[in-house]
Amino acid sequence: MRLAYPPNIRIVRVPCTGKVDLLHIMRAFEKGADGVMVVGCLEGDCHYSQGNFRARKRVAQAQQLLDSVSIGGQRAQMFNLSSGEGPLFAQFAKEMTAKIIDMGPNPIKVDRDAA
Amino acid sequence: MIVADKKPIEEIIEVIGNHERVLIAGCNECVTVCESGGKKEVGVLASALRMYFLNNGRDVKIDEVTLERQCDHEYLEEIRERVDSYDAILSLACGVGVQFMAEKYTATPCYPGVNTCFLGATEERGVWTERCQACGSCILAVTGGICPVSRCAKRVLNGPCGGSTAGRCEISKETDCAWQLIVDRLKALGRMDDYETLADIKDWSTDRAGGPRKVVREDLRE
Repeated sequence: MRLAYPPNIRIVRVPCTGKVDLLHIMRAFEKGADGVMVVGCLEGDCHYSQGNFRARKRVAQAQQLLDSVSIGGQRAQMFNLSSGEGPLFAQFAKEMTAKIIDMGPNPIKVDRDAA
Repeated sequence: MIVADKKPIEEIIEVIGNHERVLIAGCNECVTVCESGGKKEVGVLASALRMYFLNNGRDVKIDEVTLERQCDHEYLEEIRERVDSYDAILSLACGVGVQFMAEKYTATPCYPGVNTCFLGATEERGVWTERCQACGSCILAVTGGICPVSRCAKRVLNGPCGGSTAGRCEISKETDCAWQLIVDRLKALGRMDDYETLADIKDWSTDRAGGPRKVVREDLRE
């Protein structure tokens, strides 16, 4: 397909979004990520039955925690698509990138760079 | 196990906000099982706090450690060498662990990072319910294995009160009447004779009524 999506996204592959822990998301922000998108299979299509539902809950937990420490909960987002939907992945990537650019850089990174 | 719930991060920030070197200490026992103070919760909280302080222009050192238990001397001793390099400890153990930590390291303030709730069981992941009030004089043998001390709002010992309706307690329609559960269980066991037997007046001196309690086992003491 040779689809283009923003090159500033770093892919971290996991066997299932159910593997993604709240700690992984928090550490990503602590290390300076401006946003984290968790992209799982369609709801109801999880090979492990509940992996993507668990991921959605953890993203919600991360959003709440990030809001409470003034980083911005909306920097973490959950998306769902099937593995055959490459164009949709590219679209999600573009939407997420636009959203993060709109929100600005991770304030941690700004503070750290200023120090 | 001892069931604890997380404290709001805002409350934790307020408590440790004036310190500059904080050690967050988790516990590998009960609070790990109820997902409020284990290694993972320590990591998540430490990460959130580091971001918070950095975001507010504060250089606060937040370190992490998770001990096997915080209610035993030997495990608390593991941090003796490093404890002086912190000006506060935030313990995610139950109230026992927090106090034992505070007693051992008197020069460093120790704050609680969780709210200790009760002695309970895991109904399902994310749902814990009370099962024991540690009254010090167990009567489960005659109540079909269901505790009226912890599960009856009034802690009555000889059958239900007048607030029992359709198997529910008057305090909430979601709360089972402990005595309904006991009667159902005794019927199923064919042991309704136990229900008919009047319970003796309970010795509450082994409960909190007798003040702080202590168990001494001379056969084990060294």
